[in-house]
This record gives sequence, C-alpha cells and structure tokens, in this order.
Amino acid sequence: FSSAMSASFYTKPANNGNAGVAMETSWDSNPGRQRTLQPITTGASVLAIKYNAGVIMVADTLGSYGSLAKFRSIPRVLRVNDATVAAASGDLADMQFLNTVVENHAIDEEIHEHGIAYSPASLHSWLTRVMYNRRSRINPLWNTYIVAGTEAGQPFLGYVNMLGVAFKEDCLATGFGSHLCLGLLREALDAAGGYAGLTEETATSALEACLRVLYYRDCRAYNQYQLANVPVAKPAQVSGPHFLQSDWSVAKLVKHYTE
Amino acid sequence: ARPHPTMSSIGTGYDLDVSEYSPEGKLFQVEYAHKAVESSGTAVGICCRDGVVLAVENIVTSKLYETNCNRRVFHIDRHIGMAASGLLPDARAVARHAREEAADYRQSHGEPMPLSELASRVSNLMHAYTMYSAVRPFGCGVLLAAFENGRPQLYGVEPSGVYYSYHGYAIGKAKQNARTEIEKLKLAELSAANGVKEAAKIIYSCHDEVKDKYFELDLSLTSAETAGRHVIVTGEQWTEASNYAKAALEEHDSDDDV
Repeated sequence: FSSAMSASFYTKPANNGNAGVAMETSWDSNPGRQRTLQPITTGASVLAIKYNAGVIMVADTLGSYGSLAKFRSIPRVLRVNDATVAAASGDLADMQFLNTVVENHAIDEEIHEHGIAYSPASLHSWLTRVMYNRRSRINPLWNTYIVAGTEAGQPFLGYVNMLGVAFKEDCLATGFGSHLCLGLLREALDAAGGYAGLTEETATSALEACLRVLYYRDCRAYNQYQLANVPVAKPAQVSGPHFLQSDWSVAKLVKHYTE
Repeated sequence: ARPHPTMSSIGTGYDLDVSEYSPEGKLFQVEYAHKAVESSGTAVGICCRDGVVLAVENIVTSKLYETNCNRRVFHIDRHIGMAASGLLPDARAVARHAREEAADYRQSHGEPMPLSELASRVSNLMHAYTMYSAVRPFGCGVLLAAFENGRPQLYGVEPSGVYYSYHGYAIGKAKQNARTEIEKLKLAELSAANGVKEAAKIIYSCHDEVKDKYFELDLSLTSAETAGRHVIVTGEQWTEASNYAKAALEEHDSDDDV
C-alpha cells in the first residue's frame, strides 16, 4: 500500500524523500499506517446562531453511508461542560475519536478542581491546532467543527474545518447549510439589528426553518435533530431528539411521481 | 547486614533496603512506611446505605498556609474518590497513577472503571515498590470509594500493597479509636447525608487537641444523591457537618465535667 501511495517522480514533503524528514513522524511513515483519503460515514450540516442571551446550535442525527441513510440516531452534539458545546459534520469516526479526546480532557480538568475548565475559546483554539496539524501531515480529521458557548460572559461561536481554517462569527453553518442556510440566518440577524436584538424563540425558529430547508433540499439531511442551547447565565443544555414537521404534498406536482 | 552508624532501631542491619528480609521474615522498610502512615492525620471511610463518605483529619502545621491548598481527598476520574494518610507527595503520586489507570480504562472500555479493578491496580503499584532496592515503598495508605450500580464500595490499600474491601475503615494516627467509632454506627440504616456528619464527628473526636492544634476537615461524598459522582463537600453541607461534630464534642466534654 505505502509503495503505491509514495510512487512519485519527485520528492514532496509527504512521501519519504529527504524533504519529508522534517514533516513526518515515525508514526506517519510506519508502513502499516494509512492516511484519510475520504470520509466514510458522514454527518451533514451543523447550524448555529447567537441570540441576545446565548447561543443555539442544531445538528441532525443522521449518519450517512454515502447515499444510504444508514444510522438514524447518531448524536453529533457534544456537551463539553456547562459553558461549552461542540458539534461536527464530516466523517463520524473522526468526530467520535476527537470527541473522546475532548471528553477525557474535560474529565481531567474536572478532577483537578482548580476552577479552570475548557472555555469555548480555548476549545476552539485547541481544535484549530489539532486540525491544522493533521492537515499539515496530509492525514486530516475529516470534520468541520462548530464550537459554541459562553466566553467571558458573552456568547461565543467558532468554526474550524479539516484544513485548520478557523474563524468566529455571529452565525455559522457547515456543509450544505453554508450554501442554503447561512443567508437565511444572516437575514434573521440583520432583521433584529444584530444578535443582541434576537430573542431565543426567534433564533430557535430561524434554525428550525433552516433545518426544514435542508431536509427538503439536501439529500443527506434528516428530520430528527439535537438542539444545544448555551445561555450566558445558565448551564448548557443539549436536548433531543426533536422531530421536524415537513410537508411533501408538493411531491404530487412532480411529473411521473405517482406512476 | 551492614553496621548502622548512629541509630539503633529494632531492625538494625536488615532495614536498609526493601529488598532485604530480616531473619524473622519481615520487610522493615515496609513497616517503616506504615509508621509514616501512623504518624499522619486520620483518614476515615464509611459505606452508608446509599453512598460512601471519606473524611480526613488534615493536620496543618502552619497558620500561614492558605486554607484547602493541600487537600487530602482526591478525585480519581469522576466517580471515584481517594483519601490519603501519610506522606502527601507519595499520595499525590499514587493519585496520579490511579488517574492514568482510570482514564486509560475509560478510553479503552468506553465506560468508567469499576472500583474493584482500580483498587487492584493501585495495590499492584504499591506492592511493586516493595520489591526493588532501587525504590522505596509509598509512605501513604489510601482509601478508595465509589457508588457503583447502587452499591457503595470502599477499598483500603496499605504501603505493603495489601488491600481489602471494607464497610468502614480508618488509617492514620487515631485509626484504632476511629475504627471503634465506626463499628458503633448502624451502617445499613445510615444515609450518606448523615454519614457525612458522622464522619466529621469521628474525625473531631479522634483529633488530639494537644499535639496537633490546627487541622482542616477534608470531606467527600459519592452517593445516589450525587448521581454516583465524587463530590468534595464544601459550603453549607461542610459547615453543617463541622458544626455537628463540634457540638458533639462539646457535649462529650461537658459530660466529663460532671
């Protein structure tokens, strides 16, 4: 396998040439080791928006195996601590691996009881470093993460993808959500004059509307989802599964649908 | 057997490293390690009806120390508590190993480590340090507590590595008095919430006011109420327990006056 992978006419950092020494660890050049080439079981969009007193994030509970809707009850939202939640789209094995690492870090911090816990900003920073480091070894964790929570008394929302691209915003979406829904979320924010004018109810209904759009238009989306709400003054809560009502009666208008 | 220059002690000649037996078949270094435990503040563990309580008489040698800076009750993962008597740095090392074991187990098995398994690992660790001349035994004894599947559990591990499962146990300077007090309790009927107060009372009653003026009461609880989580008792609950203990002490003292 590794010879097929490294068959190449000139030396690049990833394939065992002299230039590769500095970039690789022995862990990478182990002949049995392979690199992530493609995501296998995947999660679709994650959506999130800040509101006047916190942040809300939603993600459906589907694990797709290509075009097969194989696992219909996969939790993609992780509660890290009272002030932090994170959700991922992309390869679910990579997500579960990273989530275990994050959870273990969180337990370590709880044990030491020095009052220091993962804040959403520190988790976002750590995830960025991990994702970028993996991409730099051409062996990415094939995920896009959204981190949400309360940072220094303010709502926090951050994005990190498999390339290590990271940024913070008032509303975020991954995958198809970034194409179909980000505009809708931005409109909701603009209508309220910024997140400080957005109520929890409006934010929740905006996210629900976006999930519905995704269910209608994204072939890998699903109508069962989890919702995470991190109010600034209260502990984070992950609820679910919630069920999305949808109206497919328009299907009858599609030619040949009933034949 | 080498001549010892200054001290004449019971084990002279066979006590210089732990890999040496005495002619009577004793390991004096291990026995001396026990003495380190016995000269330290008492640690008490009580299995109640719906939880386990740990309490330590944390003797503080200077008023200059900040309160609670050196607790003798440790979290091992979320669901296991450890109380220690003896040399605190040694106890911290044991806690570190225990935490690594528990974290590793949780990562591999996808579930919290059962206490019986952890106790076995801690025992193996402490025992290993009694077999080689390059190391010394741990100068601490530990009490491990958890509330698993509705059952309270308590294990005690000693410097030799020996360990047992207990309904209630005490180690440290006043262990005999404390054990006697524990035996008087009706553990099967005692709720964990009351157990916290009773443990505090035992610590206060066994505390030697003359020799060790100042001590801090370290208390912890793992019970149905805490949903199996090991929680260090602070705030109101701690004050309540501490006041209950002090009041019981005054009552007892006033009985003496008669």
